[in-house]
Amino acid sequence: MQYHAFIIKYAEIGIKGKNRYLFEEALVKQMERVLSKCEGEFSIFRVSGRIYLNAKGFDFDETVAALQTVFGITGICPAVCIERDGNGKLPDINGLSQEVIKFLDGVYPDKNKTFKIKCRRVDKTYPLDSMEAAAEIGAQVLDAFPEMKVDVREPQILVSVEIREKVNIYSEIIPGPGGMPIGTSGKACLLLSGGIDSPVAGYMIAKRGAEIEAVYFNAPPYTSERAKQKVIDLARVIARFTGKVRLHVINFTDIQMYIYKQCPHDELTIIMRRYMMRIADTIAAHNKCMGLVTGESIGQVASQTMESLMATNEVVTDMPVYRPLIAFDKQDIVDISLKIDAYETSILPYEDCCTIFVAKHPVTKPRLEVIRSHEHRLDEKIDELVQTALETDEIITLEA
Amino acid sequence: MEIYLDNSATTKIYKDVSELCIKTMTEDYGNASSMHHKGVVAENYLKKATEQIAKTLKAKPKEILFTSGGTESDNIAIIGGAMAHHREGKHLITTCIEHPAVGNSMKYLEDQGFDVTYLSVSEEGLIDLEELKNAIREDTILVSIMAVNNEMGAVEPLEEAGKIIHGANPKILFHVDAVQGYGKEQLIPKQLGIDMMSVSGHKIHSPKGIGFLYIRDGVRIVPITYGGGQQGGLRSGTLNIPGIAGLGRASEKIYTGFDEKQSKLFELKFRLIKGLTTELPDIRINGIETSERKISELSDDELMDVIKKTAPHIVSVSVKGVRAEVLLHALEDKEIYVSAGSACSSNHPSVSGTLKAIRIPKEFYDSTVRISMSEFTTSEEIDETVKAFAEIVPMLRQFSRR
Repeated sequence: MQYHAFIIKYAEIGIKGKNRYLFEEALVKQMERVLSKCEGEFSIFRVSGRIYLNAKGFDFDETVAALQTVFGITGICPAVCIERDGNGKLPDINGLSQEVIKFLDGVYPDKNKTFKIKCRRVDKTYPLDSMEAAAEIGAQVLDAFPEMKVDVREPQILVSVEIREKVNIYSEIIPGPGGMPIGTSGKACLLLSGGIDSPVAGYMIAKRGAEIEAVYFNAPPYTSERAKQKVIDLARVIARFTGKVRLHVINFTDIQMYIYKQCPHDELTIIMRRYMMRIADTIAAHNKCMGLVTGESIGQVASQTMESLMATNEVVTDMPVYRPLIAFDKQDIVDISLKIDAYETSILPYEDCCTIFVAKHPVTKPRLEVIRSHEHRLDEKIDELVQTALETDEIITLEA
Repeated sequence: MEIYLDNSATTKIYKDVSELCIKTMTEDYGNASSMHHKGVVAENYLKKATEQIAKTLKAKPKEILFTSGGTESDNIAIIGGAMAHHREGKHLITTCIEHPAVGNSMKYLEDQGFDVTYLSVSEEGLIDLEELKNAIREDTILVSIMAVNNEMGAVEPLEEAGKIIHGANPKILFHVDAVQGYGKEQLIPKQLGIDMMSVSGHKIHSPKGIGFLYIRDGVRIVPITYGGGQQGGLRSGTLNIPGIAGLGRASEKIYTGFDEKQSKLFELKFRLIKGLTTELPDIRINGIETSERKISELSDDELMDVIKKTAPHIVSVSVKGVRAEVLLHALEDKEIYVSAGSACSSNHPSVSGTLKAIRIPKEFYDSTVRISMSEFTTSEEIDETVKAFAEIVPMLRQFSRR
């Protein structure tokens, strides 16, 4: 079937009152961004609460896949458009019925289905009203395909016929990613490791319209260049949705070694994570972020028990910490990771700095006052080391 | 200064070989199968390279089959050989320290109903000839033994093996994976009783994606890929003239001044082993050191005698209490490039089959790096490397996983 346009459906944007145009503009901007990389000529129109995307010379699958990376879109409806003739006239009801019959024949080879015609007459000069037009088209479809049956309650095929400046015929709704368009929420700073969880967490916050700044803690020679490349690739996965991700690579080795020397080994991971949060907090504040994002989920590992989360949370003073996966089971996280094409990269076997010195039995119920007092053993050099680490900040900008 | 000591993974291409390759891509770019002048020119490169290679093996030009490299050569030899002779028997013999190109070809044949015997090796990585003799059965059709082990540089007793194999049954095909041996050892198939031998170009300073399989005249194997019938139908596909021309010249070059190059490499290997064992406690030079033989108890001459029984370019070092990957990256920081175990298996965390097979102590499994030299390696580079080890290892040992 040769489609001429897509009707773009969006949900939450529709209820944003006076700010609605801001959201719609952001959505259109994101659509333009992804379509600029697709083959074909596209033009986007906003008409009375709808976005129409006219397309010429395009690749259907490529275009749909691109639109599915635009947050804010809930549905993508491929449509056939019937233009007015030279006298400015739309086809009469017989002509229109023929177009619908042609459409059904092209999209549904198997006619053994129930259907309903839903008509919406916006151009009130059209001689039949919505109900009359729907009934007439339905009758002609039944004549053309006797195997088809009408079901107005739960049809297998719902054909929408919109009579406007043109006539749009569509029946399929391809799901979009949902959420809010990028650029409508501000910026958040993601702690990105090489694992499965953090890219998913970043994706979910981005889905609420936030731009993403990311921080990765590098620990050469304990972690390799490939581990860093893996994180760069994961940041790029997020950039496919957000358009751009700025990744900060911080050299964390000296801090890690110092903690290793000074603190009890079973508290290493917790104390290390406290310093990661502190550093991320600083970087986030410098880069006008309004929150930190982590991939933590209650009880998943020793450092993510509720006690451990309290211990890592208390060091963040400047902004909220968003943990979109907090109540997710691992399999649910994996499912999203697979859906956004991060999984294959996430499972590459390169060590990250969280795993290299992990104790055989790390504390699972750290007590805050104990952790704080052990952290004082770092007083001599830690401020200087943190400062040095912040100076190693290597910023890599990844674009979709 | 960059010190590249991962020559068993791949080598730097000879300058004039790279120039020759470029010429065959930009000027003499014809298809060797074309009838016109351009084709003839290309075919001349093919002839020349075939002769150059054949000469290094004291073989006939028609015994050389060009392939994409070691893996393909091993596949054609083993699968093509087994498929051609399956009516005479379905038993194959190989060793438990082969490269996956051999090991997984054997596994494939096992799935196809063949029976495979895997020979064990000593702590030095050597097969037991008595075990080989006993493994040969009436229905044995092919034996595959590597010339030089890629992870530790053990040199297998090919000549003795060849005698045993053909003594038992002259029809058994004797295949040798010589990817790490060609250019570092004198390998004359006729003298060693070899029927087929695999070689890869990029291990001897020619490009990647080219290699050859020596197939003794009279050996019958069937193709494993089908197409336009090039190279006698045994390996169809347009001939890779840039690679072939390069491989030809590289083969000639690597065997020029061979004896001096080999003894220089042995000197360097000695220097490296001596240096490392003097500077650092608790390390193990695999294949050289065994449960009965300690390097510290050997005189220099005795050590050199042991070294000369191994490949001149590969040293496998296990460093107690240090993870190989970390050591590798710490050396990388000083622009010294080595490999962790075998580069082909370092990407998956499983333990190397070779290290297990030579029964190194368990605590060394994850602590073994491979240093592999080439004719471009200098004694300064070796000294620099020993110095780096002496600096890095004590530092890393402070931070082992508790």
